[in-house]
Amino acid sequence: METINLENLFEAKLAKNEMIEPKDWMPENYRKHLIRQISQHAHSEIVGMLPEGNWITRAPSLRSKIVLLAKVQDEGGHGLYLYTAAESLGISRDQMLSDLHTGKAKYSSIFNYPTLTWADVAAIGWLVDGAAIMNQVMLQRSSYGPYSRAMVRICKEESFHQRQGYEAMTTMAFGSAEQKQMAQDALNRFWFPTLMMFGPPDSESPNSDNAVKWKIKRETNDELRQRFVNQTMPQIEYLGLVIPTDSNIVWNEQKQTYDFSEPNWVEFKQVISGNGPCNKERLKARNEAHKNGEWVREAATAYAKRQKETDLAA
Amino acid sequence: MSDSQGPLWEVFVQKKSGQPFVHCGNLHAFDKEMALQNARDLYTRRMEGMALWVVLSEHIVASSPEDQGSFFEPANDKIFRHPTFYQVPDIIKHM
Repeated sequence: METINLENLFEAKLAKNEMIEPKDWMPENYRKHLIRQISQHAHSEIVGMLPEGNWITRAPSLRSKIVLLAKVQDEGGHGLYLYTAAESLGISRDQMLSDLHTGKAKYSSIFNYPTLTWADVAAIGWLVDGAAIMNQVMLQRSSYGPYSRAMVRICKEESFHQRQGYEAMTTMAFGSAEQKQMAQDALNRFWFPTLMMFGPPDSESPNSDNAVKWKIKRETNDELRQRFVNQTMPQIEYLGLVIPTDSNIVWNEQKQTYDFSEPNWVEFKQVISGNGPCNKERLKARNEAHKNGEWVREAATAYAKRQKETDLAA
Repeated sequence: MSDSQGPLWEVFVQKKSGQPFVHCGNLHAFDKEMALQNARDLYTRRMEGMALWVVLSEHIVASSPEDQGSFFEPANDKIFRHPTFYQVPDIIKHM
């Protein structure tokens, strides 16, 4: 009998740009990499609801309140798409939640920064969702089928997130001098943390090599970061704002791209290892929400059990 | 680790009446009613559909990737099942 080399089959599929599906054979490290990446992504969506949810009751108008509610609800939905995509690789939802709540699992460093003013909420929609979309557009072509399909849905839904953020930012930048200053301060606070969202530089990125080789990611951290800066600079100029925190930022005519300074990677490492401004607060909020939902889960489980018994008896 | 999420359900959405139901994703729920409501909240917030099916994932029977070749092999060499296999004189315009 002919022995089929499963690893060769897997490699051949990747070479032909075919998707890997849950029941297909895959190398153990590919599975592990995906579980880590997709669960982190899911956690980021859920934790990302906190800094914005904080402003729902304080949104400056009814319009901005319904928009923010819709956006936060979308983020919850995105978390759910991603959790089931990760579950298709053999990890349970309970395990992932437990890893998040104990601090074992990571989520995007950006959500450990506070939202001090309404302009910060606008900056998150514009810059943070903008950076996330750039990453997610690439991930639509990721080699793992369920991840790729979740990304297609998410990108479709998120295009409004960035636009509403920029609209709110525009309102402030063209408002009173005080509003414009708030917009500028928010940009100052969120510029470098947003650049950190793409992850460490390629030269120091521990997970990038395999991710690109396996076509989980199609572009590197530095490539995406550069594209984000190129796309965002004209948007900043339109608002009449500047980046005073980076004196190196300038259009490079020869390279047809912006030169810019790297974010502070020491700070990045501090934030992802638990020492950012809001890490403790975020984890506390997640743990409390989970604990407060305990009775709901218990009641639902008891109800489901009774239904099953009734069905069997009938 | 115990499972506190309820079973997994697959969700199918029909965009408009007359069109096929298309798989769009999955979710956890404890019973049929909750599955349907969750599916509405998760997959049709932007009028993506006018009708929904939810079905327990464990009830789906799927072909296996290893058998793909042999399983679909019978259809592989039957080009006479396609209209383009047949010659029709040029003079016949509509067929």
